[in-house]
Amino acid sequence: MIPELGHFALALAVALAAAQAVLPLWGAASRDKRLMASAPALALGQLIALATAYACLIWSAVTDDFSVLNIAQNSNSLKPLIYKITGTWGNHEGSILLWCLILAICSGAVGVFGRNLPSSLRARVIGVLGVVSAGFLLFALTSSNPFDRLWPPPLDGRDMNPLLQDPGLAIHPPVLYSGYVGFAIPFAFAVAALIEGRVDAAWGRWVRPWTLASWSLLTGGIALGSWWAYYELGWGGFWFWDPVENASLLPWLTGTALLHSAIVVEKREALKTWTILLAIGTFSLSLSGTFLVRSGILNSVHAFANDPARGVFILALLGLVIGGSLVLFAVRAPVLAPSGLFAPISREGALVLNNILLCSIAAVVLTGTTYPLFADLLFGAKISVGPPFFTATVLPLAAPVFGAMSVGPTLPWKRAELWPALQRLWWAALIALVVGVIAAAGLKRGLPALAFGAAAWLIVGAFAEIVERSRLFRIPFAASRTRLAAQPLSVWGSAIAHAGMGVTVAGIAGMSLAQSTIVAVRPGEAVSLAGYEWRLDSVHDGAGPNYTARVAEITVLRNGKPVVHFAPSRRAFTVQKITVTDASIYTTGLFDLYAVLGEERGGAAVLRLHLNPLAPWIWFGALIMAIGGGLSLADRRLRIGAPARRAVAMVTS
Amino acid sequence: MTRKRRRLYTLLACGIGLGSAAALALSAFHDNLVFFVAPSDLAAQAGRGRTLRLGGLVEAGSVQKATISGQPASRFRITDGQASVEVTYAGILPDLFREGQGVVTLGSLQPDGTFRGTEVLAKHDETYMPKDVAEALKRTGRWRPEQGAPPPASTWNTMDSHRTGG
Repeated sequence: MIPELGHFALALAVALAAAQAVLPLWGAASRDKRLMASAPALALGQLIALATAYACLIWSAVTDDFSVLNIAQNSNSLKPLIYKITGTWGNHEGSILLWCLILAICSGAVGVFGRNLPSSLRARVIGVLGVVSAGFLLFALTSSNPFDRLWPPPLDGRDMNPLLQDPGLAIHPPVLYSGYVGFAIPFAFAVAALIEGRVDAAWGRWVRPWTLASWSLLTGGIALGSWWAYYELGWGGFWFWDPVENASLLPWLTGTALLHSAIVVEKREALKTWTILLAIGTFSLSLSGTFLVRSGILNSVHAFANDPARGVFILALLGLVIGGSLVLFAVRAPVLAPSGLFAPISREGALVLNNILLCSIAAVVLTGTTYPLFADLLFGAKISVGPPFFTATVLPLAAPVFGAMSVGPTLPWKRAELWPALQRLWWAALIALVVGVIAAAGLKRGLPALAFGAAAWLIVGAFAEIVERSRLFRIPFAASRTRLAAQPLSVWGSAIAHAGMGVTVAGIAGMSLAQSTIVAVRPGEAVSLAGYEWRLDSVHDGAGPNYTARVAEITVLRNGKPVVHFAPSRRAFTVQKITVTDASIYTTGLFDLYAVLGEERGGAAVLRLHLNPLAPWIWFGALIMAIGGGLSLADRRLRIGAPARRAVAMVTS
Repeated sequence: MTRKRRRLYTLLACGIGLGSAAALALSAFHDNLVFFVAPSDLAAQAGRGRTLRLGGLVEAGSVQKATISGQPASRFRITDGQASVEVTYAGILPDLFREGQGVVTLGSLQPDGTFRGTEVLAKHDETYMPKDVAEALKRTGRWRPEQGAPPPASTWNTMDSHRTGG
């Protein structure tokens, strides 16, 4: 009964989304106030229907309704409750439904928070979101229905992949999807602006908070995924340049560019066409990232597998959304009024540089990710592109980004002199230099030392603008404190986000110095790695709710004193018959000790031991970036007082 | 500054950015492309000295424990039905590594004709076959998609999103 209710709610959502796709756009075109006013109601209706559908899916999972195919394939009565709930988005059908639900939340949010938008713009934005919603909901209903029944129902379900039964991965998909799908709003704004034929400061002011929110969530989602790979997969690495990882990095790169170019639109009414293109491009990359990788077209370990019918449907949808918006862009972009002027050396100029570099990085990552596909199609060659390619191409392009990140915010708008700006940053440069030299002397390795210098430059330089504005150390401290408090939150937000990037860079540099060893140890024996003595005390059997395990008891000692006790294990999950290594990690904040248990041979256990300097900083930095984005979002200036649209004549096409 | 001048600067900057990106990508391609081979390709002496991805099935009964320069290691044979290659791998084999199952190894061919693996990727879900492995079997005629039906698509959509390997 409940699954049928969910199925019905899903079908209702399709109908409402279709109405949302047609009526508001028609109303805006024919200037019919009543049709335009229907947009928020339709969006909310669709949201309620989808939320009901999702609640039904969760209900079916929690009550172990194995007559539902999706639940029977991915759940099990022994699975802990939390993973029964989070397991609903751990499979193809459920994750598509979650994707649609988040998109509906976006539509609803525009409906609720967009009251101060001009009614035609709001109607068009919601209408465009409706078009996307309707397409993917139709896909969910026709070829990925999570409510399909199974007869006769099995006694118990096949259980979820044990690697996914993990708190980090439980929250990773919703956060990541929110980031992906959130970029639908800037996309819808861009398409609406193209239809209307106008982009102005007010448009920039409306687009920026949505972009900022999506960007923060995407940053958090990517970091969670990377963290999960680090502690759950037990490889000791954090980024593998796998197609699915690249697919999330691509919209992040262009989204970061969009975030910055939207500032220029808002403040200076320049770069309008480019910002529109970025908004379209970012959402297109989000879409292709979510669906191409999972459709199995790219050779990824994340592929859900490919059902030809699904692949064709998805390709057609992607073609329609991406191709349609690009065609609209080609036709309508020339209509947008030309923008404000600025000199190459200026805040705008720095933001343009940021855009060019970020898009270049995105271009090489895209090339590396899709090249195997094209090589196969065009030359029939089986090729893969590994991490060395990405390191060799991304690093040289990222270096100038880091260099400019601290300089850009200190430049004034419109026209600036580079030399005075650099003079204001001399202390940041000095600190970076000192850190770099100390690192080079201590490590005797060039690249990590450079990276540490860059990290210091980013972290210290991020606050250069705030120091400058508050005239710190130049006027009495109390006076500069008042000035500090008066700085808008968005200034703090961007400084913190830039500093977060520096923390991440330091973490990555630290990880490049990681030490590891693989040893066969008998109980009672010890090995030393990186100044620590790792003693294997015993290996014994253990058991959990749905697995049995072999557990190694390890004591790590430093100078004879115990530092930490470890129990890495190998867990054999009973239902899926999968063995999973469970790494033990001890972190001090400055470094991680990391131990993995391998096979046992002749009374000895094979252990893989790592010391990963600064590893936690990688994700901590990403968290700081996301928090910076959030702070910026909390800025009152973004929420109220969007500049009223100037009463200029509509540019007609 | 005139509009024309500004446009020139912007185009120049874009050109430099994308140009250097293209140059970097091309030079990196030159060194870092990893070709996929099947054991029978290796028997034909292909790709000596390069980093390669070797795909095939782990030969039943071929897995042995070994020690390479003091580190615990494994030795096994990978086959595509026509030829088989001995692989040595110093490290912990992935959890899903099984005899008779598909496996992909990253590494290079040694002068003595064995393959030295630096990374091993395995998947053991019986309905899933790594693309590379399927390719190796198809290329050598072991599996013809037009004759043998692939597993029913409806069983394929369990989310198999874990990486495995050493």
